[in-house]
Amino acid sequence: MTTRRDFLRGCLAGSAAAATAVLPETACARDTLQRPPEALGLLYDATLCVGCQACVAACKRVNENPAEFTTVDHLWDTPLDTSGHTFNLIKMYRHGTMATKDAEENGFSFMKTSCMHCADPSCVSACPVSAMTKNPLTGIVGYDPDACIGCRYCVAACPFGIPKYQYDSPTGKIGKCELCRHRHQDGHYSACAEVCPTGATLFGRTDDLLAEAKRRLSLKPGEWTTIPRGRLRHAGEKALAGGEDGKGEKHRHGWRDEPDQSYQAQLGNYLQHVYGETEYGGTQVLKLSAVNFQKVGLPDLPPKSSAATSETIQHTLYGGLVMPIVVLAGLTWVARRNVVPEADEEKGGQP
Amino acid sequence: MAKQNLIALEEDDRIAAAAARLSMDRREFLQFCAALATTLGLPQGADAAVAEAVATKKRPSVIWLHFQECTGCTESILRAEHPTLEKLILDVISLDYHETLFAAAGHQVEAARRTAMAENKGQYILVVEGAIPTRDNGIYCKIGGKTAIELLTECAADAAAVIAIGSCASWGGMPSTDPNPTGARGVDKILGKPVVTIPGCPPNPYNFLSTVVHFLTFGKLPEVDHLGRPKFAYSRLIHENCERRAHFDAGRFAMEFGDEGHRKGHCLYKLGCKGPETYANCSVIMFGDAGAGTWPVACGHPCIGCTEQGVGFSKPIHTVAKLKNIEPSAFLPRISEEKGIGATLGSAAVLAAVAGAAAGAGAMAAKNLGLSHKAEEMEKAKREDSKATESTEV
Repeated sequence: MTTRRDFLRGCLAGSAAAATAVLPETACARDTLQRPPEALGLLYDATLCVGCQACVAACKRVNENPAEFTTVDHLWDTPLDTSGHTFNLIKMYRHGTMATKDAEENGFSFMKTSCMHCADPSCVSACPVSAMTKNPLTGIVGYDPDACIGCRYCVAACPFGIPKYQYDSPTGKIGKCELCRHRHQDGHYSACAEVCPTGATLFGRTDDLLAEAKRRLSLKPGEWTTIPRGRLRHAGEKALAGGEDGKGEKHRHGWRDEPDQSYQAQLGNYLQHVYGETEYGGTQVLKLSAVNFQKVGLPDLPPKSSAATSETIQHTLYGGLVMPIVVLAGLTWVARRNVVPEADEEKGGQP
Repeated sequence: MAKQNLIALEEDDRIAAAAARLSMDRREFLQFCAALATTLGLPQGADAAVAEAVATKKRPSVIWLHFQECTGCTESILRAEHPTLEKLILDVISLDYHETLFAAAGHQVEAARRTAMAENKGQYILVVEGAIPTRDNGIYCKIGGKTAIELLTECAADAAAVIAIGSCASWGGMPSTDPNPTGARGVDKILGKPVVTIPGCPPNPYNFLSTVVHFLTFGKLPEVDHLGRPKFAYSRLIHENCERRAHFDAGRFAMEFGDEGHRKGHCLYKLGCKGPETYANCSVIMFGDAGAGTWPVACGHPCIGCTEQGVGFSKPIHTVAKLKNIEPSAFLPRISEEKGIGATLGSAAVLAAVAGAAAGAGAMAAKNLGLSHKAEEMEKAKREDSKATESTEV
């Protein structure tokens, strides 16, 4: 006869067996992925932002997104948050009298909200198909609506709340910033950086952008310095002559030729931190701010990505089908313990 | 007269006389007065007061001094068209001393100045055009053997009001540009008291004229800001009313002279337009009086910020301006925007009632289902019973 005590003891033994089977597997935990060396990204400097929203308008234009109305008059495009039809938005931190820009007390500050293009994106990790992908060269987190099954795991997975589903459509897609990758072939870079009047949003290689951000942090607040606008050029970059790329137009390393737009400006009173340098293994979009990053809507994230954690657990459990085998073995053992052979039953039944 | 209605003034003989004096017809004259009142931002009825004042009051005596300048301010006023300002200078005001416009010269003209000052003691308006050199006792500008400082202090002593016209007189302007070899300074620094300033290089003649007519009509100068600039003209940034502002907000910029954006009339901010840091009304009443679409920005050249000390003549023309109007917009969403409202007590109660009713209805339906089944069974049994009895009877 199997007693309750025996059953519990069996369960304990089963789980102990499972645990010992798991332990050696943790050695092959997945590390947080790092940015590819040629990763592209943006640098957003909140102290340079003037809140004109030219980037919001340009993003809508190039991604062919409709206006979203939240006021009764339906006059202006006034989305309250990023959505399936708004990939980029300037939000505003408000405190007290809002008298001073970039002040935490009685001040206000702008903050750009768009995809951070994580080095180790949760949305890509969570995607059960290959709709969310990270380009191995540019690091751009792209979306393929043809592969998407509409499960919206990416919506739930993102720590920044970026991928958004088009709930208004019966054939909805996910909407998110893809750094204007559809315009790269024409030599255009991200529209938000292209139109930014003050260089608050700057496009370039993330390594270069990080160096530029650190240069700004190393200078004194209020100091005059050269601020690049549009696209930050790579140090070794040279102009390609017209026609070299077969497009007839003068391009620079595949990018359309533009006059140098850098200008002199006074630096803001930055917090000594480049948001996105280490968060989640680093993001390709970096941010500078004078107001606490958590207060402007950027979560405090560890250097380890949750994709690394979840994939370590998942791959450990399912690695070499260890967990299913262990669980099956445990179940079989428990089942066998509970099965009384017919002969024994007859014997036991009629003593 | 004290009439508050411009139309009522149309029949007035004095208005007719004033119009004839200015070689305008009556309607044109009244329109001009209304335009002045509008430029000043005065309320309804003020147009009539302006017309009345111009028609009836004694023309104020004006003494106009020239120092370190290019005479551009005078030239600008001479080229005004509504009506021709030389008529206004000669007929609306009594211009008693003006070096550019005077036919007389030498001792004759200095005598005219002294006479006008004596006759209108404490009542004349002193207009200063040009900066005042202060280095080496001001020897870099002398008129009639007197330095600019001496002449200015002498004329300002008995003036009813002092108006500094142009950026040079207002804050030093171009002559005061670093390294400022003559020590050029604005009128207020020499007199040691605030004066009305009409900065610009040159300023719009109507800003000057409106100030004078305000003085004529109300006996006092218009309201000014901390730099002595009349608020009706200098309280807003050029950027605020700029015809190209929509392009700025949409991120459409001219990147180079002659490029696609420039040809399409896009915003000139990236070419160094100083509109976002320059207080003036050029974007509203244009620059000078040269007609519509002729102010610098409309012509395709960035504003150089000529009215603004520290911007005009000191910041390089193509250096990017610092935006002075960065204000918290009411349109921008909060960092985390509340969407909808939580459940109110009423809505929760309604929801609970609906749920309760549904549960009750369900329970009742289930009960009835049982009952009907029981009833059916009983009926069946009854029928079978009766059948059985029937069969036994048979």
